[in-house]
Amino acid sequence: MGPIRWRVDKPLLYALLLLAALSLVVLYSASAKDVNVTISHFVRLLLGFAVLIGVAQVRPELLERVAPWVFGVGLFLLVAVLGAGAISKGAQRWLGLGPLRFQPSEIMKLGLPLALAWYLSRGGLPPSWLRIGVALVATVAPALMIAKQPDHGTALLVAASGLFVLFLAGLPKRLIAIALIAVAAATPILWGHMHDYQRNRILTLFDADADPLGTGYHTIQSMIALGSGGFYGKGWLNSSQAHLEYLPESSTDFIFAVFGEEFGLIGILLAIALYGFIAGRSLLIAFYAQDSFSRLLAGGLALGFFVQFFVNIGMVAGILPVVGVPLPMMSYGGTSILTLMAGFGMLMSIQTHRKIVEF
Amino acid sequence: MSRTRPKTLSRARPRLVLAALLLGLMLLGVRAAYLQVVSADYLKTQGQARHSRIVKDNSHRGMMLDRNGVPLAISTPVDSVWAHPETALEERKNLPALARLLDTTPRELTALLERNKDREFVYLKRHVPPDLAARVTALKAPGISLLREYRRYYPAGPVSGHVIGFTNVDDQGQEGLELAYDAWLRAVPGTKRVLKDLQGNAVEIVESLRLPVAGKDLVTSIDRRIQYLAYRELKAAVAANHARGGSAVVLDAYTGEVLALVNEPDFNPNNRTNLKSDAFRNRAVTDLYEPGSTLKPFTIAAALESGKFSPDTLIDTTPGTFQLGGKTIHDVHNYGVLTVARVIEKSSNVGASKIALSLGRERLWDMLRRVGFSGPTGSRLPGEIAGVLHPYSRWMPIEQATISYGYGISVTLLQLARAYAVLANGGELVPVTLLRQDAEPERTRVMSPDITRAISRMLELAVGADGTGAAARVPDYRIAGKTGTVRKLTPSGYSSDDYVAWFAGFAPATHPRLVMVVAIDGPRGGRYFGGEVAAPVFGQVMSGALRLLDIPPDAPRLPPTRLVAAKDGKDL
Repeated sequence: MGPIRWRVDKPLLYALLLLAALSLVVLYSASAKDVNVTISHFVRLLLGFAVLIGVAQVRPELLERVAPWVFGVGLFLLVAVLGAGAISKGAQRWLGLGPLRFQPSEIMKLGLPLALAWYLSRGGLPPSWLRIGVALVATVAPALMIAKQPDHGTALLVAASGLFVLFLAGLPKRLIAIALIAVAAATPILWGHMHDYQRNRILTLFDADADPLGTGYHTIQSMIALGSGGFYGKGWLNSSQAHLEYLPESSTDFIFAVFGEEFGLIGILLAIALYGFIAGRSLLIAFYAQDSFSRLLAGGLALGFFVQFFVNIGMVAGILPVVGVPLPMMSYGGTSILTLMAGFGMLMSIQTHRKIVEF
Repeated sequence: MSRTRPKTLSRARPRLVLAALLLGLMLLGVRAAYLQVVSADYLKTQGQARHSRIVKDNSHRGMMLDRNGVPLAISTPVDSVWAHPETALEERKNLPALARLLDTTPRELTALLERNKDREFVYLKRHVPPDLAARVTALKAPGISLLREYRRYYPAGPVSGHVIGFTNVDDQGQEGLELAYDAWLRAVPGTKRVLKDLQGNAVEIVESLRLPVAGKDLVTSIDRRIQYLAYRELKAAVAANHARGGSAVVLDAYTGEVLALVNEPDFNPNNRTNLKSDAFRNRAVTDLYEPGSTLKPFTIAAALESGKFSPDTLIDTTPGTFQLGGKTIHDVHNYGVLTVARVIEKSSNVGASKIALSLGRERLWDMLRRVGFSGPTGSRLPGEIAGVLHPYSRWMPIEQATISYGYGISVTLLQLARAYAVLANGGELVPVTLLRQDAEPERTRVMSPDITRAISRMLELAVGADGTGAAARVPDYRIAGKTGTVRKLTPSGYSSDDYVAWFAGFAPATHPRLVMVVAIDGPRGGRYFGGEVAAPVFGQVMSGALRLLDIPPDAPRLPPTRLVAAKDGKDL
């Protein structure tokens, strides 16, 4: 046996490393030069890359085998969290596992695409109506439980990843059309069931200045940050919005506003290009995957990643309502980096275990 | 494990997904470009409106220095706590702690904020000590900030309280030179734009919109050492004689500069709580007194000027009383026949009256006007009054007589000092000033030097062994001066037990440099004569001042042995 050949996708790895380096630079400024926060983020990145490399070495067949189990464990934990929340009569998102606090919803971000890819690929494509129905239930149930926590951002991401897998599996066009019509019809009903703050967040999109101290506050402050950055940006560590504490969540959900203020439009375009490259590369992996499971899983993960950064940046830029979706890799906190990197590990596993290597 | 080739998956779907991805990226890019290029200016303005605030930028008031550069009034930076009431009321959990720091109750603090809710600025506490300011800052209470201000500190305290005066909490002059030269001393505040954080605390100065201009320093004519000497001696004399009050002033005879100006009762300008406004009064310029016998030298000057009298002209003062228009003028003793010079030495009212009555009314009036009575001294001190000297056309003979020895005319102590400066400097009237003069002052000749020389010699006699003012003498120096003991005018006529004790004089008599006038108001210790009460103050202060200023003695007491020794030394 020769030296171990690490199975990694170099373009994806380099892009992710670049993004990780960038995230440290931005977070240092966004956290008001908090070295502890930066180091803690760095440690998570290290762990994340270890997970990435580790998962990438696993054969897709193994992923396929554990897929339903991951989903099952995730679902069980979600129910457990919900139950614990009901007992303590308070919102709860995470489970304490010794010193670790783990959000089961994060497992579901991977568990759902894994399970759906496994389930749909078994029945032949395009899927039967029965399988579509089961897949829809499997998507909606955990999403609702997560929404109940309440964590609408993650619920949205989980639901989106499920739907993407279904879509890629070959949802009939008729069904898509019907679904779109149903959503349009349900909007007023949904509107009626929304909390006031949720409605306000959506209304804010149309006129952020209507309530500048209330629901429009986040959006206005982040738009001011971007606008103040202008074309070239104010330069690293010069974000007044973040440093004067005007911008809330400046090192978590709204970190991109700090980035935009300090690095300007040039920085933003480069960052979007980097995120786009990673999403595009992931999609390519999906398209060239050799079996249905890999293809569906890779596609679901790729689109899930895309949706996450799109929603976050859209929220910071004031074109989407404020939902708690962190910016992949950059936002500080939580275990999302680990799930994110595990996802990219699966993508690399799919890419590097193909029979035909070059494309 | 079964695996199915995805044959049925249409080729359109990947393309659709890729297109959606690109569209999404473009949407984000376009939105960012819109925010950062198209509406960047608008958003920047919005940001600045939120981040920055224009605040007052105070500067310090000018220093006041004595003539040798010793500070008499300086400004130290202090902080004042202020609030933006609306912001402060939004977050109330800090208010109890803040109230404790500011020595008030949370209820009162809240009430104050509520009352001023529609205002942008309200002071919570002015001029807090640095440690308190630091603790207020540490609260990080929204809407509560500090403003840099300046507090006045007077190193000499009560010693120069009346002459320097004081400022109010807004740094505006209220009394004394602080008021007189307020425009000169005052700082012009500027404005600056500061970055503020979400709590409204100024974090960083962005730019100065208008630079503050510090007040200009003022070099006064006061000599702190002589001022202190005068303060100490006057205070001691007022206390020893249980007097109501008193004043003393030391002038430079040639320049009109005030070297010392003190009053009793005094006050400490650094701590003015619980003080009656009575203590603030600068009696040397605000209070009128009849000068009594201290005015006699000017009567004699008018007499000499008329040519009818010489210092040796004999006046018969027998029997020590003089009837005029139903009134009787008294001398202390029957002095018999006196020369004009001895009228001064013995301070004979009868003699002065007879001299005055033999002159035209206008002549005496004109002399008194010329030496500055009932006119401004030029000191610019707040509250200074001109005094009362009725026009001679209204004088009855009895007034002509009483004015000659200082009744029926009201003067301020500073006016009297300035008039004595004329006698001291060879006959020139100079404006009184409280600023150090580096140029020659404008002088007006009002008396011939021959006359002032003659008067000066008479005034030396008055402090001689047989004179009334012997207590004013200073070893090694020749002193010229005149006592005065004035019954105070009350609503029911002249009092029999309420006096003002005067002494006015100058030294050294051969080449006078310093003029000093002392008045002790209402001595109640049994002694009340000017020569007993006021003259010692003159002697003590003058003795110290002459030495401090290195003025050569003009009455040396050189022992012959030392002269020989010096001579021997020279021969070597």
